[in-house]
Amino acid sequence: MPKDSGIGASNKRREDIRFLTGTGNYTDDINLNGQAYAHIVRSDMAHGTINSIDVSAAEAIDGVVKVFTAADFEGVGGIPCGWQVTDRHGQPMQEPKHPILAEGKVRHVGDPICVIVAETAELARDAADALNIDITELPAVIDMKDALADGATKVHDDLTNNLCYDWGFGSEDLDAVQNAFDTAHHVTTLELKNNRLVANPMEPRVAVGDYARHSDESTLYTTSQNPHVIRLLMGAFVLGIPEHKLRVVAPDVGGGFGAKIYHYAEEAIVTFAAKALGRPVKWTSSRSEAFVSDAHGRDHVTKIELAMDKEGKFLAVRTDTHANMGAYLSTFAPSIPTWLHGTLMAGNYTTPLIHVNVKAVFTNTTPVDAYRGAGRPEATFQLERVIDKAAREMGMDPVEIRRKNFITEFPYATPVAVEYDTGDYHATMDALLAKSDHAGFEARAAQSKANGKLRGFGIAHYIEACGIAPSALVGQLGARAGLYESATVRVNATGGLVVMTGSHSHGQGHETSFAQVVAEMIGIDESMVEIVHGDTANTPMGMGTYGSRSLAVGGSALVRATEKIINKAKKVAAHLMEAAEGDIELKDGQFTVAGTDKSVAWGDVTLAAYVPHNYPLEEIEPGLEETAFYDPANFTYPSGAYGCEVEVDPETGKVTVLGFTAADDFGNVVNPMIVEGQVHGGLAQGIGQALLENCAYDENGQLISASYMDYAMPRADDLPNFTVDHSSVTPCTHNPLGVKGCGEAGAIGSPPALVNAVIDALQRGGHDVAHIDMPLTPGRVWAAMNG
Amino acid sequence: MAKISMTVNGKAVSGEVEGRTLLSAFLRDDQGLTGTHIGCDTSQCGACNVHVNGVNVKSCTMLAAEADGAEVTTIEGMSNADGSLSVVQQAFQDYHGLQCGFCTPGMVMTAAALLKENPKPTEAEVRAYLEGNICRCTGYHNIVKAIMAASGQDVMPVAAE
Ligand code: FES
Ligand code: FES
Repeated sequence: MPKDSGIGASNKRREDIRFLTGTGNYTDDINLNGQAYAHIVRSDMAHGTINSIDVSAAEAIDGVVKVFTAADFEGVGGIPCGWQVTDRHGQPMQEPKHPILAEGKVRHVGDPICVIVAETAELARDAADALNIDITELPAVIDMKDALADGATKVHDDLTNNLCYDWGFGSEDLDAVQNAFDTAHHVTTLELKNNRLVANPMEPRVAVGDYARHSDESTLYTTSQNPHVIRLLMGAFVLGIPEHKLRVVAPDVGGGFGAKIYHYAEEAIVTFAAKALGRPVKWTSSRSEAFVSDAHGRDHVTKIELAMDKEGKFLAVRTDTHANMGAYLSTFAPSIPTWLHGTLMAGNYTTPLIHVNVKAVFTNTTPVDAYRGAGRPEATFQLERVIDKAAREMGMDPVEIRRKNFITEFPYATPVAVEYDTGDYHATMDALLAKSDHAGFEARAAQSKANGKLRGFGIAHYIEACGIAPSALVGQLGARAGLYESATVRVNATGGLVVMTGSHSHGQGHETSFAQVVAEMIGIDESMVEIVHGDTANTPMGMGTYGSRSLAVGGSALVRATEKIINKAKKVAAHLMEAAEGDIELKDGQFTVAGTDKSVAWGDVTLAAYVPHNYPLEEIEPGLEETAFYDPANFTYPSGAYGCEVEVDPETGKVTVLGFTAADDFGNVVNPMIVEGQVHGGLAQGIGQALLENCAYDENGQLISASYMDYAMPRADDLPNFTVDHSSVTPCTHNPLGVKGCGEAGAIGSPPALVNAVIDALQRGGHDVAHIDMPLTPGRVWAAMNG
Repeated sequence: MAKISMTVNGKAVSGEVEGRTLLSAFLRDDQGLTGTHIGCDTSQCGACNVHVNGVNVKSCTMLAAEADGAEVTTIEGMSNADGSLSVVQQAFQDYHGLQCGFCTPGMVMTAAALLKENPKPTEAEVRAYLEGNICRCTGYHNIVKAIMAASGQDVMPVAAE
């Protein structure tokens, strides 16, 4: 019986009311008295030397307040990178300066050169025509292999070359790995690309800076997944503002998917300009700007090899990846192809030997960083693709080869440094096969064939590491931050609660699901719990929302803080009922004394805490407010089996997704409705990557897919209805809710399932096609069939 | 600058606009109706959809001056007179047809327009009609369900498939 409240209930979302009535409060809805408008003038060349910038004519225009150039930011720090990766020789990565505005050179289309501040947004935009910027265009490096060639043009003159780092990781005994390949019954090799993407949250980025001279306080309103991280990075490293003089507010945030994690130049620009000009300054990104200035995602080129014995048991995996960093290092960029990718190369399998090689490369393109899944989709894609190819080469069934290699005993320590706590991969595979009517596929395929179409079924099984992350561990791996989370629970005198969390929703519905957790623990109605987030002024230091961490880490902090509240409230209740504290029980919002009929209500206790007339003042303080910080003991490991059924039109190469089934194990689930919505959204993005989306540069570094006219966003009629199952539950063993995280799964598991399905369809149609790079556009599929 | 007046959500309003001012900008900046969102600059996302004289339009593709004298309805005008959610809005909440909420105003306007034209659409018709509205969060699955439910057709309850 589904629950109708508390943990496990599909509560309707309380935040929906404001979003459905146009009363949400997004950053662009904020307008401050006297505000001026910033327009960022960006490079239209991929690489060039700035000879001169003459702003005098623009500044002379009536209504233009000031034009800022790099010279105005002297003494201001560059945008910091939050993760230092150490290469295979123990050397730190090459880390170029990332100035707020281009200094001397522009390095990608979209690189900011100057900032025009004017009385209106239109004036600021128009004034750009009056700028005189002289840039000599230089040859650009776009392709990663070109960038690493001897004598290649350097993106950063002060670095040795365009190699950020050369990283090797996994099984230490390389001879053993080599020997496994030399003596294997069969080795399957696959070269593939993980196509570059643009995250495209529907709300473009916005930043509004404000400054109060009387108190010397700066405030930044920004579209961020993690306001505390922005306060720390911008305050400490860029502008030199101590935290107590800097407030960062991220109000309602219209989607993020990773692209709103990072600290961007525009945030520092408006904060700096507001102080310099003594008035608020607002910047709103256009979609066109977003395409060249939001961090991009993916962009890996990989060769993967899989060694097997004659039964199809995996003996070794070896990979060689080039990962594009773009022109500068975005906040978490170096960690994505390394620690969030290499550590997942075991997948769900018992492969004893794994070695991962990654070269991170600078190019004259927009910086690349985490996008939904971040490293884990790249790992899953290559592994699940090579396994499918191996099954075909070995004459094995793709389900059987996976089952033969599944990890079945937990905890399981992989050769790539992580320990899976729980999972049941056969169970998720069983659920997939049942829910997708896999048994009926052959009949459906015959039907398609009769209609002149090719039908295919593709499977992928994924593992991901969520609940990011144990601070001590990530510190060893190069993170320059901790990755705990926080919550403050404030109980008011009349019993209502305000919960302040360091997590921050940008569509995940925390206001609803977090309230479900707290209300269930105390046994009160959810309407008594309010969730506050997104403002550094009234929430404890938290690391924000990404990496499917909010419930696993933030929810754990919430549980710990609520436990402290309950413990203290029990002391008060014991005093009120003149009983021993150990005998007090809390159920349905009533405190009782075990074995008696004595009871006091939640509200009596909270009132006593704030009106402490009859109160154990000698033992405990009045009031009822507690904070907890939670640092996870391990990652969490959601996993799942995904199946995609497609039909390919052999005449045109067009792929139609007929059905998609996701069978996930997320551990315990707080709000199934929200969880399913997260999976749907992830699937749409993964199917978008596999079928439609591509961020393409020409050889001069011009972004060809720079608007919704050229970048194919998935629309309603591109996608099927989804079948989603989360009935396989192996609760996480090390967090109090037993939850694992669900936000990225859909985007991780779906691209390989879809590509596997198309290859299956083509093979069934007699086309010996081993691989097609994403996106599988009709042109590419047709060429593969006819080439 | 031109003086314009129109009816927005049943209220007579007027203002001075430049010739180039878009209806979306007039609604957001002059009227403070920030429920209408701007998600692109090529008229392709539908976050800015409003009804002008009963027709669903992208307010970023229409000049404010062109709406002079028109009846305009925005998301702020979609609730019932008593402030409760309209059938379409309620269905979006019931079927979890929104996550971040940014595309939502445009989706609701488009859904309402569809159901006026076609009170019992098929699922394929719903998907085709949403062609001009992009949602990055929901994968459309629950938006489609919400619209089918708002049309009074049977759909599976949420989280029970
Ligand atoms: S803002 Fe009007 S269609 Fe995108
Ligand atoms: S709900 Fe976020 S874009 Fe649709």
